[in-house]
Amino acid sequence: MIHMNMVTPPPDLAAITALQSKLVAALRPILPEHALLWEPEDTIPYECDGLAAYRRMPLAVALPETEEHVSEILKICFAMQIPVVPRGSGTGLSGGAMPIAQGLVLSLAKLKKILSIDPFTRTAVVQPGVRNLAISEAVAHLGLYYAPDPSSQIACSIGGNVNENSGGVHCLKYGLTLHNVLKVRAVLMNGEVVEFGSLAPDAPGLDLLAVLIGSEGMLAVVTEVTVKLVAKPKLARVIMASFDDIEKGGNAVAAIIAAGIIPAGLEMMDKATTRAVEEFVHAGYDLEAEAILLCESDGTPEEVAEEIARMTAVLEQSGASGIQVSNSESERLKFWSGRKNAFPAAGRIAADYYCMDGTIPRRHIATLLKRIQVMEKKYGLGCLNVFHAGDGNMHPLILFNGADQDEWHRAEDFGTEILEACVELGGTITGEHGVGIEKINSMCVQFGEGEREAFWGVKSAFDPQKLLNPDKAIPTLSRCAEYGRMRISGGKLPHPELERF
Amino acid sequence: MSNSATNHTMQIDLFKEQILQAAKTNTHLSIEGGGTKSWYGNKNNFTKLSTRQYAGILEYQPEELVITACAGTPLKEIEAALAAKNQMLPFEPPHFGDTATFGGAIGAGLAGPARISAGNLRDFVLGARIMDGKGQDLSFGGKVMKNVAGYDISRLLPGSLGTLSLLLEASVKVLPRPEAMTTLRCHTTQANALKVLNEWAGQPLSLTASAWIGESSVDSVGELTFRLSGAVAAVEAATNLMSALVNAKTLEPHEAEVFWANLREQKMSFFETLQENEGLYRLALPAACGPLNIGQMHKDIVLEWHGQQRWLKGPGDAATFKALKEIATAHGGHATCFRLGTAVDPSLQRFTLLSEQAHSKGLELVQSRLRAAFDPAGVFATNRLS
Repeated sequence: MIHMNMVTPPPDLAAITALQSKLVAALRPILPEHALLWEPEDTIPYECDGLAAYRRMPLAVALPETEEHVSEILKICFAMQIPVVPRGSGTGLSGGAMPIAQGLVLSLAKLKKILSIDPFTRTAVVQPGVRNLAISEAVAHLGLYYAPDPSSQIACSIGGNVNENSGGVHCLKYGLTLHNVLKVRAVLMNGEVVEFGSLAPDAPGLDLLAVLIGSEGMLAVVTEVTVKLVAKPKLARVIMASFDDIEKGGNAVAAIIAAGIIPAGLEMMDKATTRAVEEFVHAGYDLEAEAILLCESDGTPEEVAEEIARMTAVLEQSGASGIQVSNSESERLKFWSGRKNAFPAAGRIAADYYCMDGTIPRRHIATLLKRIQVMEKKYGLGCLNVFHAGDGNMHPLILFNGADQDEWHRAEDFGTEILEACVELGGTITGEHGVGIEKINSMCVQFGEGEREAFWGVKSAFDPQKLLNPDKAIPTLSRCAEYGRMRISGGKLPHPELERF
Repeated sequence: MSNSATNHTMQIDLFKEQILQAAKTNTHLSIEGGGTKSWYGNKNNFTKLSTRQYAGILEYQPEELVITACAGTPLKEIEAALAAKNQMLPFEPPHFGDTATFGGAIGAGLAGPARISAGNLRDFVLGARIMDGKGQDLSFGGKVMKNVAGYDISRLLPGSLGTLSLLLEASVKVLPRPEAMTTLRCHTTQANALKVLNEWAGQPLSLTASAWIGESSVDSVGELTFRLSGAVAAVEAATNLMSALVNAKTLEPHEAEVFWANLREQKMSFFETLQENEGLYRLALPAACGPLNIGQMHKDIVLEWHGQQRWLKGPGDAATFKALKEIATAHGGHATCFRLGTAVDPSLQRFTLLSEQAHSKGLELVQSRLRAAFDPAGVFATNRLS
């Protein structure tokens, strides 16, 4: 990954140092010594999240150990009008946790206790810094698990998941974070502790939990999450199907859904990806296939047998050139190993890769893949396509060499063109990674001025002073105007025909 | 432009005119579809804004699992279109009348028996086109399953009872109808029903709905009806296992269908015998809540959603409702005064308020600021929800 100079004016160093001293002096009395960092050698690990191309040093980093700490910190920052950037494990891929130069980074990493597990009500109460996978591990002996499984699940935190509305491989059948979180305790920017949602099936008033989830740390700081646990399926099996044509593969996805089947996972890899991962994992993938589909079924053995038979029939009718069904758990994991290792495999064949996250209606999968092939030539960069086909959530990995500034700019433009194609095809610029700082300009393409104004209305309802992660996700009017000027050519807006839905 | 598209454009202009006029004259508008749920929520006698003319399915492609329709589209029409492709609205919304609309179902945010397994109505809303109190035509969310661009404003609409904005169109996720469905019935106490239902819900069985109907006294034996749906083999296996465990009998498919429909539509004698001075109260409770025996209430009760939704009848007055709100809140839930007998004072407040629950007090200000952002002039401020 690469270092990139931001196009913000260089802040006045003396003013920053003075502000830093004031902030540190205010926070020191309420935090243990080790819970407050401000020396550059201590704060440098916080200069970026999983999107390492965007970096910035914060004034300081606070690592609260209790909800009271969080509340006290926010009260102080509120009084001093210092912006706050909440941070979980820092695995986010859109720069949502990138620091603000005159702001504080609030890391929730030390709030990492599982507070309670109740098998009878199928719920667990956890602190925000608990890792996603740690929840499933802690309840495995009860035959339960926490369903959303983003690929960073070993490291990413549940607090981060709530803020990004994270998905994963199994969300077609089991839903996103939104569908698996019942209640959230959080602190508003003024330091007030509130609860969103309920353990009951619904809660009084407007459904504010739905807005909090996926709000990218801009509305409140999460301090406690009650998650829904679901029964672990007795069995899972996966079909690996090859197609000699991308279009056939894309159509097979639609055909499975149209047949009334909701697979536990439905993933696709293109030929370039298959070749890259095979070299890495040796799973025995069909290297001649233009597309490989992985279709998983889970449930009771009877259910799985029935579903595998139905899916196999649909795949055959859709023209699959080869079909293999896993016959053991180790074989299932082998089939999945390539999909799970697509990112490291990309890292092996190129110095850097840039991961996109647009979502499109399933029927347009082949259309988008073909357009990406054209873009590869246009920008002179390779691209691996590996994605959640069942949800139409695409993850093109654009390969480039970050040491070459020109390649990075081409990669950025390539990414932007993919996102604009997603919007044009009736989809969205981000399915699960969030807008963060990375896709903030693309928000000007997806939404009109009225919608963006409404987003700011929501922001102000929670945080009227706009202090909580204020430079992320929602572009200002002037930012979009500036972006528009950059993109307008010949007096025409790009894609004036777009339906901005 | 097709005829219906022209009509739609005209209709949008009319909505805008009506909203701007209301804003100018400081009046409130009460949004209404088919009027089948006009009794739900706090009393409001404001000018009606009818969505009935803004009707029609805009897009439905079964392989996308999404339907997009105008607010005034009859719910029946939506369900028929889905049924023709062997799909359904997974949350089984109650109609409460023949003329129920898509927009009305979303505005009310109510779900039927499948809520406990499939999820709530809001879980399935993917996108919405709305008109705010300034007459702005805005679109949020989209037509795809995964979309995290911008705050999830479309999911604020379900259950808002028309108090935030006018819903023009919505995109909702749909699901295939289950391959197989079996309904079983046995007789057991409320405590045992709650115990077995929650135990089953924690296992990979295909339990999708439940209802316990009986008397509230602790040792009273009532009728437990539960539904299994999913793959043919899975339903068969679960039926064998569960019917042996609780000595349950299988209902005939037609009888089962009528039972769940009557429960959803509140057409059972429990609901239909509401006295003129009584209120029908709804308690929404966490799964951990055991049997409640509340003295001043009618002895007959109905439990749905494995006990998480409970229906009680009792005196239709503020004191009774206050007592129920306190009990529900103490158990981590909330209470609604759902329906009123004909002789009950219609101005009775119907909902638990954010300010009445210690942990959500701070959100009341957030909620009022949010309303002001969408509707600065208070066009939709009918207080139907608060």
